[in-house]
Amino acid sequence: MIEIRSLSAKLGGAPVLHDIDATIAPGRVTALVGPNGAGKSTLLAVIGQLLKASAGSVTLDGADLSDMPPPERARRLAILRQNTTITPRLTVADLVGFGRYPHSGGRLDDADLRIVDACLAELDLSALAGRHLDTISGGQRQRALIAMTLAQTPRALLLDEPLNNLDLGHVRRVMEVARTRARAGVAVVVVLHDLSIAARFADALIALKAGRVFAAGRPDEVITGPTLSALYDTPIDVHEVAGSRVVLT
Amino acid sequence: MRARAAIAAGLVVLIAASLFTGVGSITADAEGLWLVAVSRAPRTAAALLAGAGLAVAGVIMQMLARNRFVEPTTAGTAQAAGLGLVVVTLVAPGSALWLKMLAATAAALVGTAGFLAMVRRLPPQEPLLVPLTGLVYGGILGAATTFLAFERDLLQFLDIWMNGEFSGVLLGRYEFLWAAGAASALAFVYAGRFTIAGLGEDASLNLGLRYGQVMALGLALVSVITAVTVVTVGMIPFVGLVVPNIVSRLRGDNLSATLPLVALSGAALVLACDILARLLRYPYEIPVGTVLGVLGAGLFLWLLHGRPAHGRG
Ligand SMILES: Nc1ncnc2c1ncn2[C@@H]1O[C@H](COP(=O)(O)OP(=O)(O)OP(=O)(O)O)[C@@H](O)[C@H]1O
Ligand SMILES: [Mg+2]
Repeated sequence: MIEIRSLSAKLGGAPVLHDIDATIAPGRVTALVGPNGAGKSTLLAVIGQLLKASAGSVTLDGADLSDMPPPERARRLAILRQNTTITPRLTVADLVGFGRYPHSGGRLDDADLRIVDACLAELDLSALAGRHLDTISGGQRQRALIAMTLAQTPRALLLDEPLNNLDLGHVRRVMEVARTRARAGVAVVVVLHDLSIAARFADALIALKAGRVFAAGRPDEVITGPTLSALYDTPIDVHEVAGSRVVLT
Repeated sequence: MRARAAIAAGLVVLIAASLFTGVGSITADAEGLWLVAVSRAPRTAAALLAGAGLAVAGVIMQMLARNRFVEPTTAGTAQAAGLGLVVVTLVAPGSALWLKMLAATAAALVGTAGFLAMVRRLPPQEPLLVPLTGLVYGGILGAATTFLAFERDLLQFLDIWMNGEFSGVLLGRYEFLWAAGAASALAFVYAGRFTIAGLGEDASLNLGLRYGQVMALGLALVSVITAVTVVTVGMIPFVGLVVPNIVSRLRGDNLSATLPLVALSGAALVLACDILARLLRYPYEIPVGTVLGVLGAGLFLWLLHGRPAHGRG
């Protein structure tokens, strides 16, 4: 369980997040949505301790994340950034293996390697394991980065726009993996722009607008025409198709 | 593994060649042994230590700067070490060698930290801006050094530091290079962490790496290796650039796996160039820095030209 209390944060001196309160329960996939610039990535960065909060606190299972030693934090929490450029020439398997670093300290034992193999398989990367990252496609690279966070076997998994560059089949696969992790007791947060996907795969939503929580609740509470229209300042219709909500602009 | 074994075998041949190459032939008597012990063996060891050290320093620097076109002589580290050396020579002429070493290391540390702070702000999609910045920065430091040396009549010393050579290496006059060897050995322990640092600050922090500490350690290792080399044998360009880049092409950048190959190849390259330096105008010698200047620049251009797509080199 991630508990965010009265959290504020600044970027380059400018306030970006204002007094955020939210609870992210384990066992569920929580979608974090909102317009460009709303503060989604900033919120994830603050939870993941990549950015210091200017006020407020974030706890994971009751422990304050800001004063946890980095290696211990990395065993409990994994974060995928929206944009990651990997400059070293690594193989897919090397990269995913680094996900075990917080646990192994660099020397992978058999159990670590089994986890790495499982994560590669989960994201359909087994055949690419030996390929260098500069010789695979953008979506394949994105999947490798996701697999690295999975290999951390965290209690909290924060994914910032993990579906970037993914085809439909892999969108589904990644969201199903997120759901599987959640069902296994992980607190999963996924930043999404596609609200139809959020409606289909998320158990809870947090909508941010201009650095504040605009709405939060179950998908059927948040994914409605009026709420989304106000959130994005543009007319949005929500339809029910085959038991799932489809969001149209 | 095969590449490592091949390079190791090549090294053995080179070492044998180095021990027997030069003016004065090795004979199986006291005089021959003396020549080996006092001159040839130290010279060979110096080339191996400097070569391995500079290649390791280069690859660490490339991880820290997240750019594969930097190395100590193109990022101001060596120039800063030279500046420190000139300053200490001016302030405290005749000071002990260890003091000069310390001053050069401290200056290299400050100079490299300055470089890394500068390149952090550069846009990552323009990878060539980083070495360009380094060349300009190193040029400024070098010009300041030359100016100081010119003003105070130290130019002849400067010439020695600027252009690396091993002809002056004798027993008792190169041992500081073992510090470069020790620093390189320490780099092996941290190889995995340097690779993670190469993923960038956010990715490192996500993996629980103490990023600041690893950066600081990398900086310290690069500075010690570079300063010790500059003070003992002078600047040797391009080793730190071409060796890691070729290894990267063949084996990738996971330093836990590739650092031995980097160190062995650096040692082999510098030793081979030193043997060439002794033979090209036999019985005269040319500085190994000059040989590597020409050979390294050529290899570098070839690497730049053959850069794979994606702009990631
Ligand atoms: N370095 C910076 N200095 C000042 N403001 C910044 C800086 N970086 C981002 N911002 C601002 O902070 C706000 C939040 O940015 P953030 O990246 O968290 O948005 P986001 O919700 O993730 O948007 P997107 O959907 O586009 O990814 C934006 O308004 C942005 O302009
Ligand atoms: Mg974002």
